[in-house]
Amino acid sequence: MIIQHPLLGPRDAAEFTYMGDAKLIDRPDWQSETAAQDFYAYGYLRDNPAGWHKELWFHEAGDRSWLVVTRNTVTHEISEVALARDVARARGRSK
Amino acid sequence: MHDLKPVTALGGSEPRVDTFAHVTLSENDGLVLASVAARLGQEDRCHSVIAKMLGAVPGPGQAVLHDPETGFWMGPDQWMISAPKTSHPLLADDLKQRFGDAASITEQTGAWACFDLQGPGMVDVSERLCAAPVRRMQAGDAQRTVIHQLGCFVIRGADADHLRILGPRASAGTLHHALVTAAQSTA
Repeated sequence: MIIQHPLLGPRDAAEFTYMGDAKLIDRPDWQSETAAQDFYAYGYLRDNPAGWHKELWFHEAGDRSWLVVTRNTVTHEISEVALARDVARARGRSK
Repeated sequence: MHDLKPVTALGGSEPRVDTFAHVTLSENDGLVLASVAARLGQEDRCHSVIAKMLGAVPGPGQAVLHDPETGFWMGPDQWMISAPKTSHPLLADDLKQRFGDAASITEQTGAWACFDLQGPGMVDVSERLCAAPVRRMQAGDAQRTVIHQLGCFVIRGADADHLRILGPRASAGTLHHALVTAAQSTA
């Protein structure tokens, strides 16, 4: 499997480490009324789709950036790769 | 009274040189390193200091082979700066003065072992070592890759037959073994 790194171009998947569902970017608000339930879901509950899935990949043997990879879990086709920090900033994080 | 003697990454008093018919592998003990990581919101200031120091800001996969300081890109808003030990013994302190609060500077000299691979067989040797497309890389291309299970940087120098390899200093012996083995098998 080849991952099209947004900065470095096509790279072999062996250079990367899978780091889980990209929903881990959306850390719940700890001050929310439902914080306990939200963190339970954030920590333990995952979808397991057969199809398109947004995932975190860490470029461990490369520039060590974190990527959000949109991958089809059935075909391994990759439709989109973005730097995780750009995704997080687009959602108002790291300000 | 302590009587301390500096040793190279391979533990010798002098840098090790292995000479083959097609390539020379030299341990480079004369390099100081420091990493620069731009602080959040200070990226532009950090870029301008790097541009002033090196003449240009190294982009992804690139090095700027400036003299005396050389810099290469390590990751988004992160660079490694190297300089000769004789002229810049306190590189990290110098960089901290230059960058101020625009970047976080970390002394890296003690973390890396540096090997220079030079000669007509350099590309053949490096192809045995790593997945980085060394044959296709140009002078000033720098990539992080894996050599013998070790995360290493490979940098193509100004000379067409020169490759600089930075690897973890704690595994300098292992890396040296891998380099010598590859050189022997391509001789």
